[in-house]
Amino acid sequence: MWMDEIALRLPSTMTQAEIKLCSLLLQEHFGEIVEKIGVHLIRTGSQPLRVIAHDTGTSLDQVKKALCVLVQHNLVSYQVHKRGVVEYEAQCSRVLRMLRYPRYIYTTKTLYSDTGELIVEELLLNGKLTMSAVVKKVADRLTETMEDGKTMDYAEVSNTFVRLADTHFVQRCPSVPTTENSDPGPPPPAPTLVINEKDMYLVPKLSLIGKGKRRRSSDEDAAGEPKAKRPKHTTDNKEPIPDDGIYWQANLDRFHQHFRDQAIVSAVANRMDQTSSEIVRTMLRMSEITTSSSAPFTQPLSSNEIFRSLPVGYNISKQVLDQYLTLLADDPLEFVGKSGDSGGGMYVINLHKALASLATATLESVVQERFGSRCARIFRLVLQKKHIEQKQVEDFAMIPAKEAKDMLYKMLSENFMSLQSIANLIERRQFETKENKRLLEKSQRVEAIIASMQATGAEEAQLQEIEEMITAPERQQLETLKRNVNKLDASEIQVDETIFLLESYIECTMKRQ
Amino acid sequence: MAGNKGRGRAAYTFNIEAVGFSKGEKLPDVVLKPPPLFPDTDYKPVPLKTGEGEEYMLALKQELRETMKRMPYFIETPEERQDIERYSKRYMKVYKEEWIPAGSKPKKAKDAGKGTSLTRTADVLKKIEELEKRGDGEKSDEENEEKEGSKEKSKEGDDDDDDDAAEQEEYDEEEQEEENDYINSYFEDGDDFGADSDDNMDEATY
Repeated sequence: MWMDEIALRLPSTMTQAEIKLCSLLLQEHFGEIVEKIGVHLIRTGSQPLRVIAHDTGTSLDQVKKALCVLVQHNLVSYQVHKRGVVEYEAQCSRVLRMLRYPRYIYTTKTLYSDTGELIVEELLLNGKLTMSAVVKKVADRLTETMEDGKTMDYAEVSNTFVRLADTHFVQRCPSVPTTENSDPGPPPPAPTLVINEKDMYLVPKLSLIGKGKRRRSSDEDAAGEPKAKRPKHTTDNKEPIPDDGIYWQANLDRFHQHFRDQAIVSAVANRMDQTSSEIVRTMLRMSEITTSSSAPFTQPLSSNEIFRSLPVGYNISKQVLDQYLTLLADDPLEFVGKSGDSGGGMYVINLHKALASLATATLESVVQERFGSRCARIFRLVLQKKHIEQKQVEDFAMIPAKEAKDMLYKMLSENFMSLQSIANLIERRQFETKENKRLLEKSQRVEAIIASMQATGAEEAQLQEIEEMITAPERQQLETLKRNVNKLDASEIQVDETIFLLESYIECTMKRQ
Repeated sequence: MAGNKGRGRAAYTFNIEAVGFSKGEKLPDVVLKPPPLFPDTDYKPVPLKTGEGEEYMLALKQELRETMKRMPYFIETPEERQDIERYSKRYMKVYKEEWIPAGSKPKKAKDAGKGTSLTRTADVLKKIEELEKRGDGEKSDEENEEKEGSKEKSKEGDDDDDDDAAEQEEYDEEEQEEENDYINSYFEDGDDFGADSDDNMDEATY
């Protein structure tokens, strides 16, 4: 298929950019040993344990540890091959998703407030967790932030967890299938994990009773750093786990669907008006669970259904709604299409078209910012001309092969450049931090001293003296460093937004072939 | 395939149109060196987006970076030996949670012919022995060990159900060889703590 042509045309340096970025991400999150193993698997593909150890010159024990971490975080999967050999395979694209963690967590905060936010954060930080473990961790963390004497109830956290499962933002991990005990012969070297579609969002019936616990102040010194002292034993590690074996993970695809919907609604709001965007938002909401993430358009919705589903308090008449729907369907952007006349008119959202428009707009703005407005005008004209030719094709959903090929190639190239940019940003940030390592450590020590002195009620004059240990030029240097690191970090987040749009389009297009 | 274009002119061995040039078109200049690493740009980049969301995500990103380093999933490389043994270093170490992922333990490749017929009871007994041996080591090291205990228990529970006999046998072999009381107490004074075997890095000092 012509997908292969595209693959051949792209330079091999594209994969290098991906590998470089994966390497930096793994190293920042899990250290160099995990990075070595992870990158090796990304480069070489599927391999068994001993070959990994041999090829990387790493001890078997360290490889095992690294693989544990990677498997735990859904970055590496395993499979039993013939003759019982277990091979491990890395998921490169999943590694790149680590860039998006702040966005997943913040999005949950906007939808389900602090409790939801912490649930997703714990799931991302730990890869997989049982519901009871999540609830306990989150209750403890929320309790820390509450006033003295107040605690967070497990029940409240559980409720939020259930809501997240119901809306598919968290899902169950595949698990070991229950086999009959009468199964003869030796068990396989590795289990084949499975999950039933209908079980994926099924919350186990638990009665989690309890409240969050604060960390006792004796476990920390005044600066909040845990002392090198063995913490006291607590008694609740002997309790049985009620939902043992049922692990949960964040459902990244669902978040991506949400981001896509957000982008579409936002585009409609910019191009038309608030009401139009609310109508589109309603339609997308109605299609959330019924439409697969890679579908080219949503299920048809009747104008009647849409009218009934508009948010409470949105007072537009049925006639006005119909007018808006007509306008949307007639708009050259073709985000909304009319697919029939029953029920007052049947409408769909053209997801693929919408993604194409968004990705194209991204490209256009890149051209504008890099090469100026004149080039951007030319770029837009060229795209427009192609669009006009396309209108001659019968089925509105089909794009002529040549144009699609070109578009795809452009998106892939830009995607590659974005990945390379992020790798550069990370390297620069690490470089800046390393350059100023000594100063940073000094500054942290001073802060720790000041904090402990404040806790023991030191006088203003004494605190002043300690603060002056950092000279004015040093303070300036630290300010500049902080500003630069913030800029680099913020840039990473923003470039990832571009990557998201481009990859959404690429994925949607590839699936259609 | 393009044939000879004329006397003395080279013919391409492939169809030039496939790469996007029309026949007879002037080809771009030959590039003799790589482009500059940091070329001057005519247009400066657009300022970064700002807003509540962006600020929150930035803070979150930096916080997560620090948090990840303290989690048990971050595997430290053994530090190089320092020139001067810093006494204060002993008291500044942050204890990490111990993480034994029994449930998701990678399974070793089964060597051909190495069939086993260990019964389930024998496995479970071995496992319990193992846990008892390791149990003391872990508890005294952990920051939030009640969480860890329950996590480990759940993973161990999984392990009993899921693991096969061969994996048990290999697990026991490997772990027991390096699970050596002698090694643990040998480094008790902290001199070489963490410098050698990774297995003992997070283990207890008695």
